[in-house]
Amino acid sequence: MSNLAVRLLPVPLFLAAWEAGCRMAESTYFPPPSLIAARARELWFSGPATRLFLTDAAIENFVPSLGRMFGGWLLACFAGIVAGVAIGRSATLSAYLDPLIQFGRAIPPPALVPVFIVVFRDDLRMLLATIVIGVVWPVLLNAVDGARYVDRVQVDTARVFGLTRTQRLVRLVLPAAAPKIFAGLRLSLSLALVLLVVAEMTNGTINGIGYELVYMQQSFDMPGMWGIVALLAVLGLVLNLSFLLLERRTLSWHRLARRAV
Amino acid sequence: MLEITNLTHTYGRGSGAHRALGGIDLKVAEGELVCIVGPSGCGKSTLLRSVAGLLEPTGGQVLVDGRPVTGTPDGLAVVFQDYSRSLFPWLSVGDNVALPLRRRGLDRAARREAAGEALDAVGLAGASSKYPWELSGGMQQRVAIARALAYRPSLLLMDEPFGSVDAQTREDLEDLVLRVRGHHRMTIVLITHDIDESVYVGDRVVVLSRSPATVTADLRVNLPAPRDQIATRELPDFVRLRAEVGRLVRGTRPPGAAVLSDPSSN
Amino acid sequence: MMIRTAIRGAAGVAALLLVAEAAGRTGLADTRILPLASTVLARVAELAGDPEFLQDIVATLTVWASGLLVAVALAIPSGVVLGSLPRAETALRPLIEILRPIPSVALIPLVALLFAADGQVKTTIIAYAACWPVLINTLYGMHDVDPLARETLRSFGFGRRAVLLRVSLPSAAPFVMTGVRLAAAVALIVAISTELLSGGVGGIGVFIMKAGSGYRVDLMLAAAVWAGILGMVVNALLVRAERSLFRWHLARAGVVA
Repeated sequence: MSNLAVRLLPVPLFLAAWEAGCRMAESTYFPPPSLIAARARELWFSGPATRLFLTDAAIENFVPSLGRMFGGWLLACFAGIVAGVAIGRSATLSAYLDPLIQFGRAIPPPALVPVFIVVFRDDLRMLLATIVIGVVWPVLLNAVDGARYVDRVQVDTARVFGLTRTQRLVRLVLPAAAPKIFAGLRLSLSLALVLLVVAEMTNGTINGIGYELVYMQQSFDMPGMWGIVALLAVLGLVLNLSFLLLERRTLSWHRLARRAV
Repeated sequence: MLEITNLTHTYGRGSGAHRALGGIDLKVAEGELVCIVGPSGCGKSTLLRSVAGLLEPTGGQVLVDGRPVTGTPDGLAVVFQDYSRSLFPWLSVGDNVALPLRRRGLDRAARREAAGEALDAVGLAGASSKYPWELSGGMQQRVAIARALAYRPSLLLMDEPFGSVDAQTREDLEDLVLRVRGHHRMTIVLITHDIDESVYVGDRVVVLSRSPATVTADLRVNLPAPRDQIATRELPDFVRLRAEVGRLVRGTRPPGAAVLSDPSSN
Repeated sequence: MMIRTAIRGAAGVAALLLVAEAAGRTGLADTRILPLASTVLARVAELAGDPEFLQDIVATLTVWASGLLVAVALAIPSGVVLGSLPRAETALRPLIEILRPIPSVALIPLVALLFAADGQVKTTIIAYAACWPVLINTLYGMHDVDPLARETLRSFGFGRRAVLLRVSLPSAAPFVMTGVRLAAAVALIVAISTELLSGGVGGIGVFIMKAGSGYRVDLMLAAAVWAGILGMVVNALLVRAERSLFRWHLARAGVVA
């Protein structure tokens, strides 16, 4: 625990330096962190205790944003894992689809946002399509990779002991590919946050974190804008850390087995 | 029990083709323990994979219990050399042993009981809830043997099963195989490159030539049971057989002469 | 075998195009919204000869390259310094972990207020996004240095600088290169995002925005196809460079080419 404290010691130091620097510079573009925090509290965290102190603005913008992000991410995870494992286990399927996959993942997802705006018209479907199309690739490619290179001795073992196709898939291929799949899932989660913000900023969504950011920009609310950026930083960090925690719990065998070798 | 007739296998095609098996004939009777030795890279593993149905040979036939091998025969188990890869690291030791028993249609409790018994037989009664990577190499290979035992195979194939463990552990595991074989009444084919080992555990030692592999010699081992790591290895018969097999493997003697020196014909 | 794989790949692409075309022709998809595959392909070909669009591609490549260059110029030295000074790295690690997940596009409004010139805004945003993969991979590479190699050199009486130059940098180089390749892909995504969000004189993103305001989905999709081709070419070039520069590394890592 003290180890963690030592490692986090630079954080208050950094905050203090930031505060001091901004106060000295006295630039409207660089409000000191204390001001940013006060503004963020006023905007989003001064609600009633029964609602976890969240204000209406916070609930109206953050809740839909998180819903879209997780919704799109989960859809992409499901599609990516199913398709990826199938492609990874079948050389034929892989040969037919490889050029399409290579091309699909090379298209920068934001380039499709305007297309989806025209094609889908309503916000939710546009946002979901952007996130799904954008984040499915890391999941898919990692699942293909993980499912393709299952150890030969393990495959032989499963065959010798007569495991059925389903049993081999569930008991061998999926666990063996899991470390790779998890790496893809984590990557795609942080990508989902980026695409959420891009998509919400691009078109006239009526709410969301990206919308709030554009609104702050238009009203020249500098502390508010910095507040959104800080909020996104914390959100990204929390998402990444919680996913790492999940990964450690689920894949403890992988970590420990590798250490044992 | 096991009948191999004129088995051939060639990897690849055209100029890059590699002929691994050049017509192998071998019969193994029920209850026998046959060791197959040969110079490294001679196609021992190709032979084993053909018998296990993991590889479709280019020519010839393999019969297990009178039935031709297509796919993995029921009642056949394999212990691979690389225990760290053949045990699944995401399953506990107990689950690893119990996994193949699903094919036997046993319910959960029965599977667990069978796994427990098998682990008991290899001296790992308390290790069921541990993970493979928490155990030493020798213990992991015991788990792999327990997994095969729990499956109750009529034919057990072992592919260099003690190739990756230290000398002391190797001796313990050799004795373990001899012991469980007595209890379980099964036919065992053990592939090894260790000449000492082949003579020590085998009822017969089959020597393969360099690839394309053919059977150079088929020697009967008439050493008294139970075998003992110290006493057996001191017997004049053991020493003579070991030298015999050694010469055959190194190929210092023309293949034709080998058959005459079969000790059972003396 | 290679030929068969290529034929199958081509068949896959053809099948997708045919299905898309058939969906439009049979009325399953509304061609007023989603144009026929053949229409999009025709636009793709037309754009290749359109000097204005070619200028857009050049504009995108320019901001992409300048952003990537700034990122590389900042991140590699920082990574090498931090990688050889463990205490400094421990101190700055929390900062890196906090700054890294910030979606760079969220910085556009801020940066746009700070810089007047459009090119500077884009370069800054792209550099911010692209520096993390380079930095993280450089740090990783510096940690991955075989201690035995380092100690061998030390035992022959070489100083810290020689060790850094002869062991740490060469063994970190392949990781740095991987970081640059990842950063190049990120930079392209961000380049197009900034063009979509902050506009500007030219660029693929600007082209797509303009096409979007005229509801020209065919042009938008054709431009997206070109963006994809660009991404593939950039990636292929960098992978090739990585392979030819660091064959020894691939051999050691057990990657069979």
